[in-house]
Amino acid sequence: MKILAIDSSGMPASCAVCEDGTLLAEYTVNFKRTHSQTLVPMLDEIRTMLEMDLEGVDAVAVAGGPGSFTGLRIGSAAAKGIGLALNKPLVHVPTLEGMAYNFYGSSSLVVPMIDARNRQVFAGIYSFSGEMRVLDNCKAEPVESDPLCVLSDQEALRVTDLCERLDALARETGKEVILLGDGAVVYRELIEENLTASHWYAPAHLAQQKAGSVAVRAADLARQGKLESAAAHRPDYLRVSQAERVRAQKEGR
Amino acid sequence: MTQKDITQKDMTQKEEIRILAVESSCDETAAAVVVNGRDVRSNVISSQIDIHTLYGGVVPEIASRKHIERINQVVQQALDDAKMTLDEIDAVAVTYGPGLVGALLVGVAEAKAIAWAKNLPFLGIHHIEGHISANYIEHLELEPPFGCLVVSGGHTHLVRVRDYGEYEILGKTADDAAGEAFDKVARAIGLGYPGGPKIDQAAKKGDPLAIAFPHGKVRGSEYDFSFSGLKSAVLNYLNEKKMKGEAVCTEDVAASFQKSVVDVLVEHSKNAIREYGFSKFAIAGGVASNSALRAAMEEMCLKQGAQFYRPSPVLCTDNAAMIGAAAYYEFRKGVRSDWSLNAVPNLRLGER
Repeated sequence: MKILAIDSSGMPASCAVCEDGTLLAEYTVNFKRTHSQTLVPMLDEIRTMLEMDLEGVDAVAVAGGPGSFTGLRIGSAAAKGIGLALNKPLVHVPTLEGMAYNFYGSSSLVVPMIDARNRQVFAGIYSFSGEMRVLDNCKAEPVESDPLCVLSDQEALRVTDLCERLDALARETGKEVILLGDGAVVYRELIEENLTASHWYAPAHLAQQKAGSVAVRAADLARQGKLESAAAHRPDYLRVSQAERVRAQKEGR
Repeated sequence: MTQKDITQKDMTQKEEIRILAVESSCDETAAAVVVNGRDVRSNVISSQIDIHTLYGGVVPEIASRKHIERINQVVQQALDDAKMTLDEIDAVAVTYGPGLVGALLVGVAEAKAIAWAKNLPFLGIHHIEGHISANYIEHLELEPPFGCLVVSGGHTHLVRVRDYGEYEILGKTADDAAGEAFDKVARAIGLGYPGGPKIDQAAKKGDPLAIAFPHGKVRGSEYDFSFSGLKSAVLNYLNEKKMKGEAVCTEDVAASFQKSVVDVLVEHSKNAIREYGFSKFAIAGGVASNSALRAAMEEMCLKQGAQFYRPSPVLCTDNAAMIGAAAYYEFRKGVRSDWSLNAVPNLRLGER
């Protein structure tokens, strides 16, 4: 299976092509230019380098959220456009599951987090150890043949609440915590004040979104039949727009 | 945007050029297939107006979200209606500004990806040039040069169209766009959103001479417009009535306000026809659907001896067919956009 993967959910723009067990190309740029300017030129470079016929692509994978609303839409629209043009299905990879795959195989608690402002992050807690016991307040999806164990699905939450949850999980399982993503950089001080469990921060090459990880996660999701049409795909922002929130508050009164 | 001759030699000679156009600059998700700039094979518009009405105006983040939910269906429908596949398309065009940046980005990313995946030439098109070009679709005989008044919710421009793709701005609004003033006044007199059609309807039952609202002028620039003073005058009038406990005749306010807007638009257009000797004059944009504006412009043009052009209402509103029309003439000139094309929310007319 040949997968073209895109991640423009955060600061880095990243594209990759993965075929079966081989990563044919991965191109990541973390610079000030917008994803609108960088993404397709990067894809074009990959196509040229690989002398690639796009008809050979089986599915287009995209980091579907959470992340920057605009960044998510640029990636989604690109994936949808390619899917429409080539009549190929999409694989919606939850952004934080893709990032967790940077630490594929780790039996630690893998915690990707994206800055959601106001001392909040979008975060999930993952592990790659099958026999993981799951606490009551955390949801696990022990899907047959899925290497990823979701201990706490991606959501927006306070950094302090995340730390509390991690401490409980670490106590229960005796595992250490790996932190990655821009949330871990922005809130490092807050984390240090609140997280007592043994933890460490991901090094530069594993700390941010990578389309190669998105592609590999997508292959696992595709094996579980989790494909969708390009037309049906939409980003999963994990947050309603401010206007909707304000309106709901008004109506609730 | 850059100009390249990339293997387009055969393309510029080709007799029939089929362009798939995408437009998402505000709250309409639109796609169209246009052949040779004037022959519209499909024109699909998915409006979000019901959602934005709940908020009394367009909410940018919601508009962007709705665009991405609808864009593939709209593009596919445009191809299906035209009975074409992407293999029969010669180029992909998209509005890249001006407009709401988040909304524009959805169309730009989608159209770019389609063009890239199918190895098709890609063109970024100016939204206002699209509005002007809607007249080419409606009036097959219309060719530049001509004068054009572009009036919509976001724009008020008096333009000299020198040639295809060559524009000179004679005047523009110093503050609110004409359509924006319609929306704000409509809200103030309780007509709701969108203001344009609602004021148009109400005004038909009112007396345009009932209230003397000011005619906005911009000192030192004969062709520029100003509508914020007029809007304030309407709001002051309403406040005053309220303070005195007097009833307000909504229809009269609508009619008098509308007359004030139309008078200024027509006056400036008339002066431009005289000064520049336009034998042809067109209107474009959402407000070009306004019945009072159409009637007054037609009458003025007749008196000035200029041929009057206006698109039918479906081509006045934001649509992709007009983008396909504008794109065709750019395409023939060999204009192509890079894969790095970005959305430019405040793109000026004639700026590339």
